[in-house]
Amino acid sequence: MPHDFFRNPSITRRECVAALGAAAGSAALPAGAAAATADSMPQTTTVSITVHVNRQQHNLQLDPRVTLLDLLREHLALTGTKKGCDHGQCGACTVLVNGRRINSCLSLAVSYDGDEVTTVEGLAHGGTLEAIQAAFIEHDGFQCGYCTPGQLCSAVALLEEARKGDASYVTADISRTGPAELTDPEIRERMSGNICRCGAYSGIVAAVKAAHEGAASATGSKEERQ
Amino acid sequence: MNPFQYERAREAAGAVRAVSPRAKFLAGGTNLIDLMKNGVEKPSLLIDLNRIALAAIETLPDGGLRLGALARNADTANHPLVRQRYPLLSLAILSGASPQLRNLASNGGNLLQRTRCPYFMDPGFPKCNKRAPGTGCGALDGFNRMHAIFGASEHCIAVHPSDMCVALSALEANIRVQGKSGERTIRMADFHRLPGDTPQVDTNLKPDELIVSIDLPPSPYAAHSHYLKVRDRASYEFALVSVAAALDLDNGGAIRSARIALGGVAHKPWRAEAAEKLLTGQKPTSSLFERAGEATVAGAKAYRGNAFKVEMAKRAVSRALASAGGVA
Repeated sequence: MPHDFFRNPSITRRECVAALGAAAGSAALPAGAAAATADSMPQTTTVSITVHVNRQQHNLQLDPRVTLLDLLREHLALTGTKKGCDHGQCGACTVLVNGRRINSCLSLAVSYDGDEVTTVEGLAHGGTLEAIQAAFIEHDGFQCGYCTPGQLCSAVALLEEARKGDASYVTADISRTGPAELTDPEIRERMSGNICRCGAYSGIVAAVKAAHEGAASATGSKEERQ
Repeated sequence: MNPFQYERAREAAGAVRAVSPRAKFLAGGTNLIDLMKNGVEKPSLLIDLNRIALAAIETLPDGGLRLGALARNADTANHPLVRQRYPLLSLAILSGASPQLRNLASNGGNLLQRTRCPYFMDPGFPKCNKRAPGTGCGALDGFNRMHAIFGASEHCIAVHPSDMCVALSALEANIRVQGKSGERTIRMADFHRLPGDTPQVDTNLKPDELIVSIDLPPSPYAAHSHYLKVRDRASYEFALVSVAAALDLDNGGAIRSARIALGGVAHKPWRAEAAEKLLTGQKPTSSLFERAGEATVAGAKAYRGNAFKVEMAKRAVSRALASAGGVA
């Protein structure tokens, strides 16, 4: 029985949660399994896809109900990506698909056949943190850390969007194209899809700004050298 | 989530052939997947449209712009031609949701968003004529702070949640659709419905029809437009009231024509035609814009929790026009 796990201190929280999920009939069915359905319900057949996650290829046979978020966490054991609200209202599940940030909780995994997914586990290169990760540490961009993987993936995409000149609702002149100026109000608006209930927002804004300025000065010094 | 069959469509005609009353088209999924998780939508078949080549944004022979139904909201808002010729549309799209949701959400899906009325979103509430026809309207005597002040009925007082559609209404876009019997174009004004006694039907799209593009006519409003969104927090929130305001000024500075559409106040984007007429031929002044605000709300009907929206809509129209016209 699931509740026995609570009495056994040798069982980790994750194993316990996994067992509870299995007992409750998780949507993440094993490959080839048919869903248990009432007579009136349509049968589900699995779909085969190939996705690349953090540069690693996975060939999968999935129940189409599995979200990209559940694929990452429950099938591929990449638990860095977090389930907050599971309804697109918090941004904790933010990952990059082909370099673009999306909410993985509102995405069916089977829609991403052939795509390249990057999660927080894929941001660092070898032992070296991505600049935005180092900046979050330097500027106290988190407290409890639960929203941080989503914040980091979101910030990586934000920097790229600003570089290619995407506008935001607070951009003074929408019709003017060219790289976006990342003022504090611009950063706050562009990070507004990631909620932080610890309220580390001022640190997050400072970290994004530092990473942006670091990237800008790195580009500048490279140009000077050339 | 209930079980369903999943198919990938490669072309629009194939998607239209495959659709049936219990099937749903899947594009960005930001609304549909959410509603399937809640048990509000229970399709037996999902037809994934995402690999169909309908994401282009291209100029039309008449000088207008065609927005592919599968172009993402983010790509539409940031397209150079949209930003230069239809900044009102860019601003409206960018005011909605979040960057990561706008990366998923498609233009066609934005048009087909369902209401965010809590009585509709949560099957735990027994009454909702939109979700379960004939059960009544939970919002009528319930929590109705977010609800309609225009065009509602005793059967439903829900509002349409889109920002993009408010700008499309002001810009008089045309919606191109493809069905089993061919293609047709629906004017934006005729696309969404008022609730009447069939609030379960949001739009005039037929069950077998697929949106293929949104066509924008040439616009004289690029120089003088504004999208004002009033909401409970600064970002990532649906509108209490929003206003798309656009003015075409002649060489003497008088208003040649005006367009005003409101969001968050009705079952569809709400055009303020009386206010538009009142502005035509006049010089833009703050007192004129205040009268336009008053004319907009002349027929408003409030409920227990949303009387504030009448005053808010009045002032938002006046403020949006002032921003559009460059009047302090």
